[in-house]
Parts: sequence; C-alpha cells; structure tokens
Amino acid sequence: MALARKPVFTSALWRGLASIAIFLILWELGSLSKVWIKWDSFEWLRNALTAVGLKPLYLPWIGAVPAPTEVLHAWLKVIHDPGYWQSWYMSLFRVMSGFVAAMIIGIPFGLLLAVSRSAYGIGFPVFEVLRPIPPLAWVPASIIFWPTQELSIAFVTFLGAFYTIVINVVGGARSIDVRYFQAARSMGSSQSDIFWRIILPGTLPSIMVGSAVGMGITWEVVVAAEMISGGGSQSGGTGGGGLGFFIWNSYVGGAYEQIVVGMISIGIAGALSSELLRVIGKRATPWLRLR
Amino acid sequence: MTDTNLLRREIKAGEITVSNVSKCYGADRFRKDVILDCSFVIERGKLTVMIGPSGCGKSTLIRLLAGFEQPTTGKLELNGVPITRPARDRLVLFQETALFPWMTTYDNILYGPRARGEVTPQTLELAEFLLNKVGLRDFRKKYPPQLSGGMQRRAELARAMINNPEVMILDEPFRGLDAMTKELMWEYYSALYEENRRTNFFVTTDIDEAIFLADRLLIMSNIPTQVRAVLEVDVPRPRKLADLVENDRSNEIKMQALSILHEEAMKSFSRGSKAAADFVEAYSKRVAKS
Repeated sequence: MALARKPVFTSALWRGLASIAIFLILWELGSLSKVWIKWDSFEWLRNALTAVGLKPLYLPWIGAVPAPTEVLHAWLKVIHDPGYWQSWYMSLFRVMSGFVAAMIIGIPFGLLLAVSRSAYGIGFPVFEVLRPIPPLAWVPASIIFWPTQELSIAFVTFLGAFYTIVINVVGGARSIDVRYFQAARSMGSSQSDIFWRIILPGTLPSIMVGSAVGMGITWEVVVAAEMISGGGSQSGGTGGGGLGFFIWNSYVGGAYEQIVVGMISIGIAGALSSELLRVIGKRATPWLRLR
Repeated sequence: MTDTNLLRREIKAGEITVSNVSKCYGADRFRKDVILDCSFVIERGKLTVMIGPSGCGKSTLIRLLAGFEQPTTGKLELNGVPITRPARDRLVLFQETALFPWMTTYDNILYGPRARGEVTPQTLELAEFLLNKVGLRDFRKKYPPQLSGGMQRRAELARAMINNPEVMILDEPFRGLDAMTKELMWEYYSALYEENRRTNFFVTTDIDEAIFLADRLLIMSNIPTQVRAVLEVDVPRPRKLADLVENDRSNEIKMQALSILHEEAMKSFSRGSKAAADFVEAYSKRVAKS
C-alpha cells in the first residue's frame, strides 16, 4: 500500500464517540425523568387538562420512551432470536434487489434519454408524470399487480430509487462539457467510442450521487411498505417480515423496547449501505478524490 | 535513429486556404457579421500567429477551421480539399483544458490512437517520446485535476501531436497561466515546433507571445474580422526569451504590429468599444516610455 496508514484515534473519531455518548446520556436522563418528577405535584395541570377535554396521560413526554438501558436489554435478548436476523436479511434483500434493479434499468434508461432526442421526447413526459407519485402510493396497485407479496414490495423499493437515479443520469450526461465531445470527435472517435469513453465516465459522478440519494429513499420505502403490507404475512410472527414489520409487530405486541431496537437497526443498516456505496463510488471515480 | 526523427518521420504538413469567408449569426434585424470577406493562407510548415483585439471573432474562425461550424459564404480548404467536419488532420487546442478528467495523463495522450484502433508499438514509442518531451514522464498516472495548469496544457499538446495532424490549431492556449509559466510554455511549444516543423496556427492576444513564436504574423481587425496586415517575423530560430528584449528586429516588428493594433483600437474606440480604450491607454504609455 502506497497510502500512509491513517491514525485510528483521530480527533474526528473522538468527536463522533462524544456525540453518540452525549445523545445516549440525554436520552437516559430524559427517560429517568419520569421517576424524578413527581406527577403528584402536577395534579393541577392534570386537572386543567381534563377540564378542557384532553387526556392528560397522552401528554408527549420523553419519559414515555423506553430508556437506552432498557432498549439495550431488549436488544441483547432479541439478538439470540433468529427471527430478528431474518428481519434484517429480508429488509436488506428487498432494498438490494429493488436498488440493483433500479440501477440496471435506470442507468441505461437515463443515458438513452440523455443521448437520443427522440427517446427523450417520447419517454420523458410520461416519466415526469409518474415521478411525483410517491412510491408508497403504488403499494395497493402493486399488491394487485404482482403475483407475490415479495415482488410487490421489491417493486415499490425499486420505484424509490429509480426516479432519482434516472433524473441524475440525465442531468449528469447532459452537463458534460461540449469541449470533450469536440475534442473526441476531432481525434476520430466513433459514436460508440464517445459513448463508452466520454459519456459513461462523464456521467459516473452523477450516477453515484443519484445512487446515494436513491439508497436513502429505498430504506424509507421498504420499511413503510413492510408495515403496510404486513411484511409478507404468509411467514407470520416476527420472522421473515423485515425490519419494518418487526417494528410494527413489536408495537402491536406491546414490546415498546423492541420498537426502538428496530428503529436503531434500520439506522445502522441504512448507514452501512450508504458506506458501501461510498466505497464503491470512490473506486469507480478515482479522479474525483484526488486533488 | 535519433529521438528527433521519431517525431519527424511521419510529419505531413498541410496548408490551409481561407478564401472570402464570411460568418454571420442571426437573421434580418438581428444579423451580426462576425467575419466578413476574410482571406488568408496558413502556409505549409510555418508557425502562423494570428493576433487581434479580444472579442474580434477569432474563436469563431477557429471553429470554422476545426470544422465544428460552416461559413455563411466563402470556403476553407486543407490542401485544396474543402473542410466540412472535424477530423484528426486539423487538431484544435482550446483556451480551456479539454483533457478528459476521468483518464490519466497517459490514457489521455493515447485517446486518439485508441479511438481509431491504431495502437501500434510505434504509437506507444511516440507516446513515450512525447511524454518525455513535454516533461510529464513522472506524471503519466496522474489525473488532470492533479496536474498544474502548465502541465495540463503540455499534456494536451502531446495528446494532439500523437495524432500527427497536418495542421495544429491553438486558440489562446496559454491564456490564464501566470507570466512565468507562460514563458516556460513558449519554450516547450516552440521547441516542439522547431523539431517537427508542422503547420501551426496560433491565435493570441498577447503581443510578446506572438512575436516570440511567429514565422508569420496576421494582424486582425476588430469585428467583423478581416486580416489587416501580414508581417514576416524573420528572427532566426531557435529563439531565446532574451530576444524579446534584446533583439532589435524583434522589437522593430513588435512596434510595427503595435501601431497597427493601435490604429484598429482607435477605430473601434471611436465606435464605442470600452475594451479598446484600455489598449489605447496602455499603448500611449508604452510609446511615451520608449
């Protein structure tokens, strides 16, 4: 390796750890506050609220959220449950299949729109009308359309990433400087050569940006789709439903600590997939990281 | 076989004739003549420099020579054959770098031969030679954003020359470089020219650059562009930077060129050009000094 090894304990790392620690401490304190603050002394407030017709028990209060210690406890229990890991696997699988499909279809489609005037004329208006429809609005239609629950969830996740990727590819390919085309044509490039060696690499940075944004949307969509569709209800229970269903199921079953476990799991899974994309992106566009 | 021959052995110098070329944009009321009835010859094997006030339509002329655009009337010919489209026999170096940022220096240089499927051991040898010649041997694996402004221009020179064009066209290639880098580039560039004596057409607004590089100097009018005067710069080669100050012949031609440019500037100044005002002022100061 020509690269010098970076020190592990940089100040950036310390700041990151401090950030997480402060967050956890505040959270724990907030949860404990229900013990410290005697509700009896707020009797007048409760009465006042009841008087105007509000249910005082439903006042938003951080103390209603399980404390991090309780969440950790629930997590340690759930870690031994294969159903929990099955949820991870299902969600990851759905995100990846939807996302990869969006790349496979979206990148060529975007390039086609960018390269061909007639393809743009025919394809773009329909695309623009479909684009504002939120992927979640597709859930009922896709459950009817696709034969299996699994396919309909994958389809909705696919839509989440597809539009962003296409828009970025079209924009990226169109903003390639005309000088590159002129230079390439002068040196005797054929059309296909210009495509493979100018348009494609010139669009790569935009593809990477589109993918990163698309990946975020995919996670949002998959979780919601799992909640709505019952996460492939044929499997039943917490197993096989994906993280979205895991959360929903915990809520229905009254396991509030598990809701937070599910939420944090999604956060971690999303961050991991973004990091993976970043690594791939850096490898694919070496000229961008060097200055 | 010496290194010099490597570059020279395949040189075919072309000659470009521009006859009665006009180019206008827009129609009717919005019609603007950028070039009007312009004729000149870019002579075979010579370094012709075109100098004129900025915004005088030189870049339009370049696009016509490159074949990116067609003239409204008149014709441009390379060796008697009309220029209809861009081709590797007339390669253009633009003001801003057009190196492909996603390719290393080496891949950039080899772009043309690879695009045409003409990568032979000879081409690779020539690529090595050119890398050395422009001082980028240690930078072959670097991407353009990692190169300095001067290195980028040199890489681009090499990328054009490997295609062995009959005419090299350069549109203010060293604009925006700092003064010292610019002088370094003049030396690189004129050394390359002196070695292969290809036909070169070099457009600039810098009078020192023009005098240092040119065999022939075309002085252009303001818009619509026409050739105002042709000066033969008969200063012997190889030239040194010191010539610019010490060589009497250089200075003589420079004053001659400046007075023609001054005349042009006065004319456009009287027509309300603000850019010309700067030139007129600078010129009068310079004349007062000498």
